[in-house]
Amino acid sequence: MGLRLNLSGISKSYNGNIVLNNSSYLFEKGRVYVLMGPNGCGKSTLLRIAALLENPDSGSVNYIEGDSVLQNDISLKRRMTLVLPKIGVFNTTVLKNVAYGLRIRGFNKKELSDRASAALEAAGLIHKKNDNALTLSSGETQRLGIARAMVIKPDMLFLDEPTASIDSKNTALIEDIINRMKMEGSITVLMTTHDHNQAKRLTDRILGMDNGSISE
Amino acid sequence: MDSITEGLINALSIILSLDTELLGIIYLSIKVSSLALLIAALAGLPLGALLGLKRFPLRGGIISLLNTFMGLPPVVVGLFLYLMLSRSGPFGFMSLLYTPSAMVIAQGIIALPIVAALCHSAIVNVDPIIKQASATLGATPLQTTITIIKEARYGIMSGIIAALGRVMSEVGAILIVGGNIAGYTRVMTTTIALETDKGNFELALALGIILLSISLLINIFLHRFQKMGDITTKWVLWD
Repeated sequence: MGLRLNLSGISKSYNGNIVLNNSSYLFEKGRVYVLMGPNGCGKSTLLRIAALLENPDSGSVNYIEGDSVLQNDISLKRRMTLVLPKIGVFNTTVLKNVAYGLRIRGFNKKELSDRASAALEAAGLIHKKNDNALTLSSGETQRLGIARAMVIKPDMLFLDEPTASIDSKNTALIEDIINRMKMEGSITVLMTTHDHNQAKRLTDRILGMDNGSISE
Repeated sequence: MDSITEGLINALSIILSLDTELLGIIYLSIKVSSLALLIAALAGLPLGALLGLKRFPLRGGIISLLNTFMGLPPVVVGLFLYLMLSRSGPFGFMSLLYTPSAMVIAQGIIALPIVAALCHSAIVNVDPIIKQASATLGATPLQTTITIIKEARYGIMSGIIAALGRVMSEVGAILIVGGNIAGYTRVMTTTIALETDKGNFELALALGIILLSISLLINIFLHRFQKMGDITTKWVLWD
């Protein structure tokens, strides 16, 4: 059905240093948003708060489905995922890394293997499925992160600088995956990047972060 | 030099003869050390995991204590346990002194801090990003904990194997609480000590070779586990 995300008056500070200052925005379902801004302006903090991994000091994070505001519990958390700039690779095979999200959701072995293989195929990593994931290059690792997120078919996908420090070929592959997800229409994507051209290639909904607030 | 060579040849012939007394000693050594390790693992792994995963009062003190006890002198453990298990001691009524059970307890006490401290160290060395990655993919706190422990598995296994190596070669504590009784509490290390005293070097050397072989095997396993856990290290300082 898809989720809408309503951030309302989000503020956050660390050791007295204000990172987010009364940030508000309504993210509509099935759209791709790109958040831009200089380092340290609070983009990653906003993503972590929106992904329910961190609590704001004040303000509210509400997920809306239809007309109902959903309760912030594990079943809601499992409808979204955040791909970090350093994805955190488990010391096991590429396939098991991708299947992780399905395994913790209790999927059976067959479905787990089928869906993980399909995600690896889409990420161009199927030939590496039995390799230890720690042996992948940085570009492949980033694609693994995207595949690991895709496999759980989230309603809300947060991508924190998914193409930082990888080459143009891998960047194009990741953009292609994001575009395919956009076509499917039900997923809402919020990503951060420093590359304005990339932002324009992916969406016309480019947001800026300034003094801890979101601006259009 | 000739006597050493002769001793070694005789030792090898004792090993090859598969003498029942020798086999009995080896069997008891492995049984006592394995049981001690099992007890140490059952108590030490949860303790190490708790110390690695949770912050609580006295945590730092317990870690320091465990690290100190990793180098616990076996004779001190033997003495302490002797006092506890002797007839006048608080556990004297259990009649455990000079039994294989007392030896298991002694070796368990020696192995416990090694297992717990190395388990703790393996867990705290797991990259903190793993916890975040697990949470971003929808894991519950329990599932995240299991994932972290799984990531630390090679370090944890190294700790268990290191503890096995320590207890297999231990002599002081089991000599004191086991009494080195032939056919009952005599193990490889205590037999080596006794036979060397008696001047019977052949049997001592035979057991020494076997003990060394077991130690070598344990260390080969340890090295393999450490290599499996450190998959990204592909270079050496001197090629």
